[in-house]
Amino acid sequence: MAQCPELCRIVLHFLALDTKNIRNSINSWLYPSLTFGTLLLLWWLASSRGYLSEQFFPTPGAFVTGFREEVASGSLLRDTLASLSRVAAGYALSVVVGVPLGMILGTVLGARLALLPLLNFLRSLSPLAWIPFAIFWIGIGHGAVIFLIVIAALPTIALSTMAAVAGIPKVYFRVAQDYDLTGVHRLTRVIFPAILPQLVTTLRVAMGLCWLVMVAGEMLAGNTGLGYLIHDANNGLRLDLIVVGMVVIGLLGMLCDRLLMFLTRLPGIRWGYDR
Amino acid sequence: MSTGSIRIKGLSHSYGATAVLKDIHLDVSPGEFVAIVGPSGSGKSTLLSLLSGYLKPTSGVLERTGTTRTVHQADGLYPWLTVEGNLALGLPKLDASARQRAVTDMVGRIGLAGFEKAFPHALSGGMRQRVEIGRALCGGTDVLMLDEPFSALDYLTRLKMRSELCRLLEDQPRTVILVTHDIEEATQLADRVLVLSERPASIVYELKIDVPRPRDVTAPGVVDATKAVLKAMGYKP
Ligand SMILES: Nc1ncnc2c1ncn2[C@@H]1O[C@H](COP(=O)(O)OP(=O)(O)OP(=O)(O)O)[C@@H](O)[C@H]1O
Ligand SMILES: [Mg+2]
Repeated sequence: MAQCPELCRIVLHFLALDTKNIRNSINSWLYPSLTFGTLLLLWWLASSRGYLSEQFFPTPGAFVTGFREEVASGSLLRDTLASLSRVAAGYALSVVVGVPLGMILGTVLGARLALLPLLNFLRSLSPLAWIPFAIFWIGIGHGAVIFLIVIAALPTIALSTMAAVAGIPKVYFRVAQDYDLTGVHRLTRVIFPAILPQLVTTLRVAMGLCWLVMVAGEMLAGNTGLGYLIHDANNGLRLDLIVVGMVVIGLLGMLCDRLLMFLTRLPGIRWGYDR
Repeated sequence: MSTGSIRIKGLSHSYGATAVLKDIHLDVSPGEFVAIVGPSGSGKSTLLSLLSGYLKPTSGVLERTGTTRTVHQADGLYPWLTVEGNLALGLPKLDASARQRAVTDMVGRIGLAGFEKAFPHALSGGMRQRVEIGRALCGGTDVLMLDEPFSALDYLTRLKMRSELCRLLEDQPRTVILVTHDIEEATQLADRVLVLSERPASIVYELKIDVPRPRDVTAPGVVDATKAVLKAMGYKP
């Protein structure tokens, strides 16, 4: 039962609704609506008055028609699911390997000396440079895109996690020594909780990166997905479908970030933001 | 009963080229309360770190018996744990209900009933310091190191905290090393006050204080001791 109000709070928070401050709730919907509304209005005006040629940008009408078409044929759903599953797989793999790796790099000097240059090298290299090899090795499709996502996200996650570990105040380790938190406990009960707030920031940045790489990867090494939708529409000069792909990608990216932002409200993490 | 004792002979410590402590000799017997005063930057925290085993001395002998816990000058509470969680760190492995009883008991002693589930960032500085002291006293540690534990507090709260500490120590006697800038605090609380010189620091003055407890700041014995320490530190009214 005690979980229920907590859950309600989380859902309300997700919807940017604050029961104690109605004005805040209204504003958090009103202002973004105004921004998007204005943009839509400008778009509509520009195309209906002929300032924006249909050859350069689709009209709102064409966009809606294209959107309906893609939904009706089921291909938008298929592409969305393909992209989402690739991001999910690549992201999950990067987090599951990258976070422990970063923690090891942050605590074991030898590992840091051995692997830091390699990770920095990989991070400085655009993941797109790997596209030829991704295609040679894995072939066009699912695997290649996931590979590109991992090669982009994993070094970033590992390096930020390492930096977070390096930034843990010395006093936390001294307290750990006084209270017999050694070995595995030091890792799970001191180091891990100490870096959690920064880790959430890292996870959000990495998620953004995954979406970027996913689109580029699908354009060049995919045969389905939202990135491929854009690529394909470009070949067929369907500007309306390009915008459909862009809008869906943008909205999903926003949604994912919003979901991750929740983590910042969890009790064991919030301290890092409330100070 | 507390068993922690400390024995230091000819101890020196440097950070690289900076000599911080020079030729320190000190014996602390079980259950004794020793206060260390000295100018800022003289090496008091460094001495505590050596005593706690966080640092190894550059030279000299350091022997200690018993377990050690430190109340740190900078915030040493784990911010991801609640008051309860932090206090429970101090407890030995007990079953859940015994643990809960011990935590509740300590929460009461440090006057934080009702704040069990609060996180440190939602507490005032004085409340956090009380939790830290409570955590160090939970369970049975032999030596308690206090690094300017009340420095962030206003005068009245400081006085209150001193008597709270005395009460807690009465119930669970410990060997205590207290580092402080507050000479009156040192003389009111300690059995013995040590004065450190400027860096590189050595002990330049030592005063035993035989005044029965509980002591008031205004008790004649305490006032005399304060005057003596001030004089040893070169203060002329
Ligand atoms: N980790 C360190 N590396 C190098 N020098 C240090 C380090 N820690 C302390 N010092 C130096 O050692 C000297 C003593 O520092 P310490 O913190 O022990 O002084 P303190 O007596 O506790 O001062 P305060 O009363 O201000 O807390 C200072 O001059 C400081 O600059
Ligand atoms: Mg100090």
